[in-house]
Amino acid sequence: MSAEVRAEGGHGAVPVEGVATGTPTPTRASRRDWPLWEVFVRGRRGLAHTHVGSLHAPDATMALRNARDVYTRRQEGVSLWVVPAAAITASSPDERDPFFAPAADKAYRHPTFYEVPEGVQHL
Amino acid sequence: MSAPARVESSAPVDQPATGAGTTAATVQYLLRLGDDALVLAQRLGAQLTRAPQLEEDVALANIALDLLGQARPLLARAGELEGRGRDEDALAFLREERDFLNCQLVEQPDVDFAGTIARQLLFSCYQLPLLQALTTSADEVLAGVAGKGVKEVAYHRDHAVQWTLRLGDGTEESSRRMQAALDRLWPFAAELFESDDLVRSLAVRGVAVDPASVRPRWDADVDAVLAEAGLARPSSVRVATGGRRGLHTECFGYLLAEMQHLARSHPGATW
Amino acid sequence: MPVTDPSPALQAAVEPDEAALAERFERTVAAEERIEPRDWMPEAYRKTLIRQIAQHAHSEIIGMQPEGNWITRAPSLRRKAILLAKVQDEAGHGLYLYSAAETLGVDRAELLDLLHAGRQKYSSIFNYPTPTWADVGAIGWLVDGAAIVNQVPITRCSYGPYARAMVRICKEESFHQRQGFEILHHLSSGTPEQHAMAQDAVDRWWWPSLMMFGPPDDASPNSARSMAWKIKRFSNDELRQRFVDMAVPQAEALGLTLPDPELRWDAESGHYRFGAIDWTEFHEVLRGNGPCNALRVEHRVRAHEEGAWVREAADAYAAKHAARAGAEVAA
Repeated sequence: MSAEVRAEGGHGAVPVEGVATGTPTPTRASRRDWPLWEVFVRGRRGLAHTHVGSLHAPDATMALRNARDVYTRRQEGVSLWVVPAAAITASSPDERDPFFAPAADKAYRHPTFYEVPEGVQHL
Repeated sequence: MSAPARVESSAPVDQPATGAGTTAATVQYLLRLGDDALVLAQRLGAQLTRAPQLEEDVALANIALDLLGQARPLLARAGELEGRGRDEDALAFLREERDFLNCQLVEQPDVDFAGTIARQLLFSCYQLPLLQALTTSADEVLAGVAGKGVKEVAYHRDHAVQWTLRLGDGTEESSRRMQAALDRLWPFAAELFESDDLVRSLAVRGVAVDPASVRPRWDADVDAVLAEAGLARPSSVRVATGGRRGLHTECFGYLLAEMQHLARSHPGATW
Repeated sequence: MPVTDPSPALQAAVEPDEAALAERFERTVAAEERIEPRDWMPEAYRKTLIRQIAQHAHSEIIGMQPEGNWITRAPSLRRKAILLAKVQDEAGHGLYLYSAAETLGVDRAELLDLLHAGRQKYSSIFNYPTPTWADVGAIGWLVDGAAIVNQVPITRCSYGPYARAMVRICKEESFHQRQGFEILHHLSSGTPEQHAMAQDAVDRWWWPSLMMFGPPDDASPNSARSMAWKIKRFSNDELRQRFVDMAVPQAEALGLTLPDPELRWDAESGHYRFGAIDWTEFHEVLRGNGPCNALRVEHRVRAHEEGAWVREAADAYAAKHAARAGAEVAA
């Protein structure tokens, strides 16, 4: 048998050789799809909005409506945010040490750092 | 109860509109509403996998599911009041074309996405105020379906409005297609507001809403959207009508043949 | 894709080299932690994921067609509603998966183009036709059943966005297999014609379902790398066996026969043994010679092309109303 086939993905065997894997987005000359929006859902009152995924929509109005249809078909939310993916600025993964490591040795920020005499309550 | 009124419709509802007459009229009315929802759900359901974008497949399916969810209790209620042992499926799958009482608008085929949207716009702008008024219907099932349906149809209308704006005020091609779809479907709008003795007698009893009463709201809503979208209100004078009396356009027979074929091929079977 | 913090000030201080990054990647995967979109990852890992997630997404959206076929003809209103909701879920699952693929730096429009051009594939199971209503039941019971066996391990995949999408999908799919089983159960215990319809569908779908797990392990040499990367967790044969062991008692409960004379319980191993799979058919379908290969892709391409003017119109409208849309985003 020539091309290799493997049970990848949910619905079983697909070819794994000679399959195109796309071009990285930044090198593409122009966008042909509607812009990408990141979707955040508040599951119920009292909870923060949580990122659930993304979708494509031509503008904010349609993005909200698409988010409602795609991400809350089973009553998953009481509130939605859509944010243009390009409007999110993220910390660089390569900088995660300088960004987050300095917090590691500051155990005194956590209550468990402190010794409290036996029997003392409400502290 | 007020004085009996004679009720005219396709079915022989010749009794005075006391108990039995009112019941028979209510059955007819429930079928009109239920068939509208069922037939439109059938059209929209056929669009799944054919939408211009995947997100839109999901949106149209949601609308179809809402409508189907409205049709089922309406048909079931009609069958129950009728008292001949017909359930929602017997009414959906075993009636003949002449016994379907949906308006002709909902049966019109999906020529392109503009046609789908135009049909949604014309219908949801009618259905929303109608259901709002029906939330206080004397028929509890009908009032319940209307109460739930109002929220659903508010979304359907919004969906249709958003798309009408984008197609009307998008490209030259989209504007042309949207205008053509409106022109094509406009003759079917008048039927939505047709009033007859049946609906007027039920309106008097607080069961039905005279569709003529929602026309001003429909005119205002549709005109506002068309104006914002840069589309012209069609000037068509042709009025297509007959659905409420079981007269349908030629495309409807094919819709029913497809919908009913399997159920009819196995008489007495359950699924 | 989010943009990276534009200030290079921090980066200059600590510039990890490729070897250190690779080591960190391997350590993260080995520790059962998740790789996230903007982490450094080996190019081959990225490509494997793009291929797998994209083809998984394509399978979801092409998989809408064989069942979608029956929405207009479902034999009861209850069945029509269930089927509509199910096929709609598949569109939703395709969207979740394209969304996961896009975190790897490709865009959906291009992935769809690759599908339409035949340069990416979808599961060949969807190249079989659905001539009867019972096929909707058989797809739910067998095809979705096999998919669940395949998909559950991916909820622990090393790539975070893919794993999260699969958690959501598996949760939603729990009703898909059940509704298929229920359809077959009603048919099997219905009229003789209905029973025959159910048996015929199971006869046609059983072997293709087993083929969904892919060729035997000894013919799939490169799986090892996906296993090491924790993209794939179990071998083709392990998953196939797991599926057979679940399906056989379910077939008995349905009162339907599985079309394999060699199928028998092996007490010693605690598994059902099954007959040899005819891989010739599988490779023919894969090569494009299945009954519906051309039909499925044509249908998909037609929807895409007929939708082009709509997508352009919405883009044009958005451009015209950019100021207003911008104001809404800011609000």
